Amino acid sequence: MSAPLPSKVSVHGVSMRFPTDGAPIEVLSSVDLSVADGEFVCILGPSGCGKSTLLNIVGGFLRASSGSVLIDGEPVEGPDPRRIFVFQERGVFPWLTVEGNVAFGLFRLSPEERARRIAHYVKLVGLSGFENAYPQELSGGMKQRLEVARALAVNPDVLFLDEPFGALDSITRLVMRSELLRIRRAEKKTILFVTHDIDESVQLADRVVVMSTRPATIRRIVDIDMPHPRDLSSPRYNELRDLLLGEIGLAHKI
Amino acid sequence: MPTKSDAERVLLPLATAAVAILVWALAVRLSQTSVFPSPWKVLLGLRELFGRGVLGPYIGDSLRRVASGYLLALVLGIPAGLALGWHPSLASAFNPVIQMARPISPLAWIPLAILWFGVSEAAPGFLIFLGSFFPIVVATMNGVKSVPSMYLLAGRNFGLSTPRLLARVVFPAALPQILVGLRIALGIAWIVVVAAEMMAVDSGLGYLIIDSRNAGKRYDLVVAGMLLIGIIGLALDTLAQRLERLPNVRWGFQQDTA
Amino acid sequence: MKRLLPFSAITALVVVWFWGAHHQTSGLFPDPLQVLRGLVGLLQRGLLAKYVVASLYRVSWGYLLAVVTAIPVGLLLGWYRRGELALNPLLQLLRPISPLAWIPISILWFGVGDVAAIFLIFLASFLPLAVASMNAVRNVPPTLLRAGRNFGLSNRRILTEVILPASLPQLIVALRISLGVAWLVVVAAEMIAVNSGLGFLIVDARNAGNRYDLVVAGMVMIGLIGLVLDASIRQLEKMKALKWGYGS
Repeated sequence: MSAPLPSKVSVHGVSMRFPTDGAPIEVLSSVDLSVADGEFVCILGPSGCGKSTLLNIVGGFLRASSGSVLIDGEPVEGPDPRRIFVFQERGVFPWLTVEGNVAFGLFRLSPEERARRIAHYVKLVGLSGFENAYPQELSGGMKQRLEVARALAVNPDVLFLDEPFGALDSITRLVMRSELLRIRRAEKKTILFVTHDIDESVQLADRVVVMSTRPATIRRIVDIDMPHPRDLSSPRYNELRDLLLGEIGLAHKI
Repeated sequence: MPTKSDAERVLLPLATAAVAILVWALAVRLSQTSVFPSPWKVLLGLRELFGRGVLGPYIGDSLRRVASGYLLALVLGIPAGLALGWHPSLASAFNPVIQMARPISPLAWIPLAILWFGVSEAAPGFLIFLGSFFPIVVATMNGVKSVPSMYLLAGRNFGLSTPRLLARVVFPAALPQILVGLRIALGIAWIVVVAAEMMAVDSGLGYLIIDSRNAGKRYDLVVAGMLLIGIIGLALDTLAQRLERLPNVRWGFQQDTA
Repeated sequence: MKRLLPFSAITALVVVWFWGAHHQTSGLFPDPLQVLRGLVGLLQRGLLAKYVVASLYRVSWGYLLAVVTAIPVGLLLGWYRRGELALNPLLQLLRPISPLAWIPISILWFGVGDVAAIFLIFLASFLPLAVASMNAVRNVPPTLLRAGRNFGLSNRRILTEVILPASLPQLIVALRISLGVAWLVVVAAEMIAVNSGLGFLIVDARNAGNRYDLVVAGMVMIGLIGLVLDASIRQLEKMKALKWGYGS
């Protein structure tokens, strides 16, 4: 990339061991990662390799067995509204309307500011008109948008997304990806995005962190040096795809 | 199996009721009993109760007693259940007490209730409280324990303190199960009030039954009372079921109602 | 420390009990020691065993009768929707009627004695069991039923080889709950309709001399036995072979 930016998220030597009946399982082994402010980083790997664990540690929901995580120079001690986790649309609260969900983290603001933010983010994610709908009336894609709106409304520094589009059908997934990029153009945040989908990572990320299998380390970090909007049939796109496929060790033909 | 029409839904139970009444009337006729009432006699008995002006007051008294004991159980039981569900250590501490107290029929408490409260309205209220309290606590506890951890994580992520988390996430998420417990407790309260009235007071539907028998073998009034108890109990349960379905309908919770 | 927790609340309760008993106005309420002595006294006189056996005898008969009638009825009603539509309202009407409200009728039909009490217990256990069996059938996932039909099973075989095993976990839960109900009712029934058993002990101890120590002793026994009954069936529920429950 261009001139080095100050590190927003710093992961140093993070390892994670889970105790079991026998020997402890080492899920993560000495992970080092630096994420710059405003960067979109994808963590790519097959299911079960520990990428979600890494995300949980960086977000403060798990404590690493060793190593440290710093965000803006401060060590991560626990969950914090400055870094919001977006789940797979199951995280929206079913007893609150769209408005209620978006307003969830805004209880410390004045009513006017709250209303302003709700209106802004509902519109930004494309849910205008559904303010009073309950999540069960929304489709999967809409619920995902709602969760993103709820996360953005508190103006976090960092967003963590853990395979957020996994529960959606492939067409909706394509739509949601371009929506995410559109939202990001409007409000630039540092994003850590976990996925097992190679295409997704090439389409979205500035950099792709390829994880090995358990105990997971970083195999390789690939710069995606394509400007947005990315042409999905361009040779460069396919090159990068193949590169990642090779890293993960898959053949090109089924 | 083919879908059943709405007509069948109404006609079949009516047919059953008609058959049941017929069988009843026949049985009374054939056995030539002089004591057990025929359906017609029961109807007349109901009318007599109405004419004497005791029907309304008795029903009112029973309902009133239910209300006082049940509401107290609700007000104390839900916070208790929340606390027990939230703090597993508290739950371990109190679990033996709950498990030991639960199998003791509220009616077994009658001598103690009379000792503590005398023959007053507080005694049946206490019994109803006892009967309703445990189902509410247990259901609330279970509701809290089954809140998906994702909701709790999200709540913490947005910086909610524990009291806020309990009020804004745990309670709404647990509400469907709490409502099931409330419905079950209401059913128990109704059963207990009738039984309590057979022993400790002198008004109400339970009293009506025991008194009608003792004061003249008026089995027509006994059965009339039983029918009323059944109808009102059913009405209460239906009401509770409506309330219970609200979160399911509006929020789409997947809950199996017992 | 954690292992001591379950005893902490009980200990606290006993302490409060002692305190309450020694600060009361009526002088009748027993303290825990008196209750213990009362229990021992009953044991020595042979009454405790006699009463416990009497109560268990009635519960067993009423409960078992209910089990062998309610479960088939419930299963049938669950299977034949028409049957359920026809009879369910009647069942729902009968359910809120406290078993005790049946006492005058049951005494009329059976006289004062064991049969009346057994009838009450039967009534109390029958309805919840029938309803639960009905629901258990209805909750069998339709995919399982379709698989059964797909493999050419007759109705009878579907009932025995698909529905019964599939609903077994729920049935066992229903059995446990109904046993609890039966135990509650036997105590209540004995307070009115017979002259032996733990329920009778409670009423008699008070009436025949304000022996509240025996009253509470009886309550403690009721709680203990009820707990044992409940725990026994829970063991059944826990059997690994039966842990195929979906949506426990």
